[in-house]
Amino acid sequence: MDTIAKSFLTDIERFLATSKLDATRLGKQAIGDPSFVFDLRKGRSPSARTMDKVRAWMTQQRSAPAQPQSAPTQPLATAGGPAVTDALSRRLTHLERLEAESIHIIREVAAECEKPVMLYSIGKDSAVMLHLAIKAFFPSKPPFPLMHVDTGWKFRDMYELRDATARKYGWDLIVYKNPEGVAKNVNPFDHGSALHTQIMKTDALKQALDQYGFDAAFGGARRDEEKSRAKERIFSFRDQRHRWDPKNQRPELWNLYNARKNKGESIRVFPLSNWTELDIWQYIHREAIEIVPLYFAAERPVVMRDGQLIMVDDERMRLNRGEKPEMKKIRFRTLGCYPLTGAIESNATSLLDIVEEMLVATSSERQGRVIDKDQSASMEKKKQEGYF
Amino acid sequence: MARFIEFTGGDVEAYLQSQEKKDLLRFITCGSVDDGKSTLIGRLLYEAKMLFEDQLTALEADSKKMGTQGGNLDFALLVDGLAAEREQGITIDVAYRAFTTDKRKFIVADTPGHEQYTRNMATGASTADLAIILIDARKGVLTQTRRHTFICTLLGIRHLVVAVNKMDLMDYRQDVFARVDEDYRSFARSLGATDITVIPISALAGDNVIARSANMAWYHGSTLMAHLETVPVGDTLDSQPFRLPVQWVNRPDQNFRGFSGTVVSGSVKPGDPITVMPSARTSTVARVVTYDGELPEGVAGQSLTVTLADEIDVSRGDVLCAGGDPVEVSDQFEVEILWMGDEPMLPGRSYVIKAGAATVPGSLEELKYKVNVNTMEHVAAKSLALNEIGVCNLELDRAIAFAPYAENRHLGSFIVIDRFFNTTVGMGLMRFALRRAANIHWQAVDVHKAARARLAGQKPAVLWFTGLSGAGKSTIANLVEKKLHALGHMTYLLDGDNIRHGLNRDLGFTDADRVENIRRVAEVSRLMVDAGLIVLVSFISPFRSERLMAREMLDPGEFIEVFVDTSLAEAEKRDVKGLYAKARRGEIMHFTGISSPYEKPENPEIRIDTVSLPSEAAAEGIVAYLAEKGRLSKA
Repeated sequence: MDTIAKSFLTDIERFLATSKLDATRLGKQAIGDPSFVFDLRKGRSPSARTMDKVRAWMTQQRSAPAQPQSAPTQPLATAGGPAVTDALSRRLTHLERLEAESIHIIREVAAECEKPVMLYSIGKDSAVMLHLAIKAFFPSKPPFPLMHVDTGWKFRDMYELRDATARKYGWDLIVYKNPEGVAKNVNPFDHGSALHTQIMKTDALKQALDQYGFDAAFGGARRDEEKSRAKERIFSFRDQRHRWDPKNQRPELWNLYNARKNKGESIRVFPLSNWTELDIWQYIHREAIEIVPLYFAAERPVVMRDGQLIMVDDERMRLNRGEKPEMKKIRFRTLGCYPLTGAIESNATSLLDIVEEMLVATSSERQGRVIDKDQSASMEKKKQEGYF
Repeated sequence: MARFIEFTGGDVEAYLQSQEKKDLLRFITCGSVDDGKSTLIGRLLYEAKMLFEDQLTALEADSKKMGTQGGNLDFALLVDGLAAEREQGITIDVAYRAFTTDKRKFIVADTPGHEQYTRNMATGASTADLAIILIDARKGVLTQTRRHTFICTLLGIRHLVVAVNKMDLMDYRQDVFARVDEDYRSFARSLGATDITVIPISALAGDNVIARSANMAWYHGSTLMAHLETVPVGDTLDSQPFRLPVQWVNRPDQNFRGFSGTVVSGSVKPGDPITVMPSARTSTVARVVTYDGELPEGVAGQSLTVTLADEIDVSRGDVLCAGGDPVEVSDQFEVEILWMGDEPMLPGRSYVIKAGAATVPGSLEELKYKVNVNTMEHVAAKSLALNEIGVCNLELDRAIAFAPYAENRHLGSFIVIDRFFNTTVGMGLMRFALRRAANIHWQAVDVHKAARARLAGQKPAVLWFTGLSGAGKSTIANLVEKKLHALGHMTYLLDGDNIRHGLNRDLGFTDADRVENIRRVAEVSRLMVDAGLIVLVSFISPFRSERLMAREMLDPGEFIEVFVDTSLAEAEKRDVKGLYAKARRGEIMHFTGISSPYEKPENPEIRIDTVSLPSEAAAEGIVAYLAEKGRLSKA
């Protein structure tokens, strides 16, 4: 029996376990074959069409009964947020646990490091991280500045939100651009995605950390994003040249984070390590966190290039021969430099739409990033060189 | 392929709400190399539909390129995320993965099986509620099975699940399973593990992982997934007394002073009486503050800020406790240690200890025993090497608030940090406090150091001569003492060789003994400084840590490090005592410079280059230094 058939059978077993139906009736009602499930259990490999048919039938059966008893119109977050814990069930929810853990991590850095900085990439994860930092120190302001390492090629909407956010919280914002890259006019078109990223992102970050003497830098990376991220510690130690040594990471025990280091060495800290993409969206929804409008679908000018939908965000976009921008209803699952970030066609115009779309998505969010595609270990390699 | 099996369209909001209500189980997979840990996780992720199409496509390509399953999907490649792991086909470091089923959310840590990566396994285990220990049905209980089980029970992981894997390769035989089951249980019972579930599976073929296996009709227990979905989670910390280790003092302006931290047990309400440990000062909770408003009650697990009714001194590392029911305070403990440093643990050496939010210098004392993980026997030992486990006393430079690990893992755990490389070299669990700290008081006396020194017309100090054997330490120290004596100062010279004839005659030259050697000499020097003397210490003292320890025993300015700097070649050329020749012939073990390291001082107060500076001139320079620093005049 092949793996596809096996996981299909798993679906059926699960369905049977939760519904009141028995195997005979399922086979009979779905495709008119009472022994279908029994044959599957013996190792029958059904055709793709048969599987689709049965799946469709199960979906229909599940949605047929009334929705769960919870009042469907009640918003997830009340105006006051999660302040009042239900006295009866004092156990924290999954999201509250994640929130508490992240706040604990952020405070540890403030208490133990001399000069921390929070890297702000203006994406959804950054937005959540900033929000958690505000919560961690309330009523004080977070005792560290924000820093945006700017490649000069972000979407215009991102710059707008960046400046608005810093203003709103009265938070010091450092914007750093690699001066050498600016002087040489490094850009994704002439220099390619790899070199552009190396100079304007990786090198720029290292320069900025050195110039300001930051000894700890918060980043919004999650372990579910990518394989080498799944291996990284929450407090990730970097040597004097900002390099990560994946084979020799410090043990990280309980929630006792070791933030000690020698002069010139630094630590990257990932307070969102244990969050998943769904957790992020759920939290943005619950806390009503402002995110870049590009995450929501709208008519935008795009061209199709190397299998990716690239948005024409300003007049610097160079069009290849035969490329003509056309308006499409698109949105982004992840944000970076606009010429390097693929969009998806979508009708999701609200947070719930986005979540719904994600729930049935068939590809992971990093797929939209041109820079990850070069090779399987590319993220690990970039990180060793000092990429976040 | 849908990523979340139970989402079948419809009301997203209701779906999200149901997601949020789910509880979370954190578990690890452990066991020996090639028992199939990564394969099992890959299988769980795959079956739980947590893989996207692009990830599956990448997996298919990788499986063809470097897989070990003959073209079939090699699930291990999903979790072995580091290039070195994929090349070597082994797991080096712990990988964390999140997945969800319709009953529960999970975070799984896939931990390495190789003995050399045990510290990474412990990293994963320290945050787990449950451990899946894989055993290859063909091989049965191995050393790593025992080691990992031992670490799991040591760390108090309550639920142990033994997955007897690769049953397909043993024709799904019940007798094979029964034998492993019996072996494991009899071993685990000796460790006091109580909650053990043993399940026969095949991670590769999928038997009993999620779907019940048709191949093992003789097995009537739960499948692995069914067990993971139903095992009770959570702890009893919310019903214990209130404890909040203070992480950060929150002081935005003159009008607000709060104490931020995570509640590790119990709950807190405005009006509750509070005792702050270790100071034992008391107050009342004024407010429980969060960004989302003030709380009527804060509970275990929440990160919040507490304000008190009175202005009392509270700082990072203190623990806010339920009034009248505070935690214990001590500076001496019996502890269990798992050593994680590449260099062995040295009893007596000064390390940095981080426990809760408190960071304090401290040392691990002589080992009571180490544990042979094969036999669980207690073995006598002088030090712990990488991945070894032992029991000893921990002595801290100041008392901290704590609870035994078995009672509250947040207040009874600590890490050991190397003072120079700042690496995490050990993890420890506090068993109990040794009462000695409370019983032995430092006898305060009326005639004190300053009074005695005034009478002697000097400020006491230690001149600590360090350098290779034969560098000329004793020669110069001797000259300095003669000059000071002639000037009418009260001195005493502690010489390495002489001390080893008496006070330290029980010590050899291993690293552990060298540390103890220096500790004793440092203590003696401290007493002599207290007596008002200028002490000259002439010891090779090869390790920075111990010189730092001696420095920290004294008041600022009292410790003067004199680095008698001679190259190894020069010292060996002189070889006054003929020792280098012997060491080169292998007749002396652990000889500094030859078979044992010498760590040069980084910032000595005085450095003497013996090649360019004659001993007489060096001695004069040192006396001049003392005069210049005012140590040769009345206090």
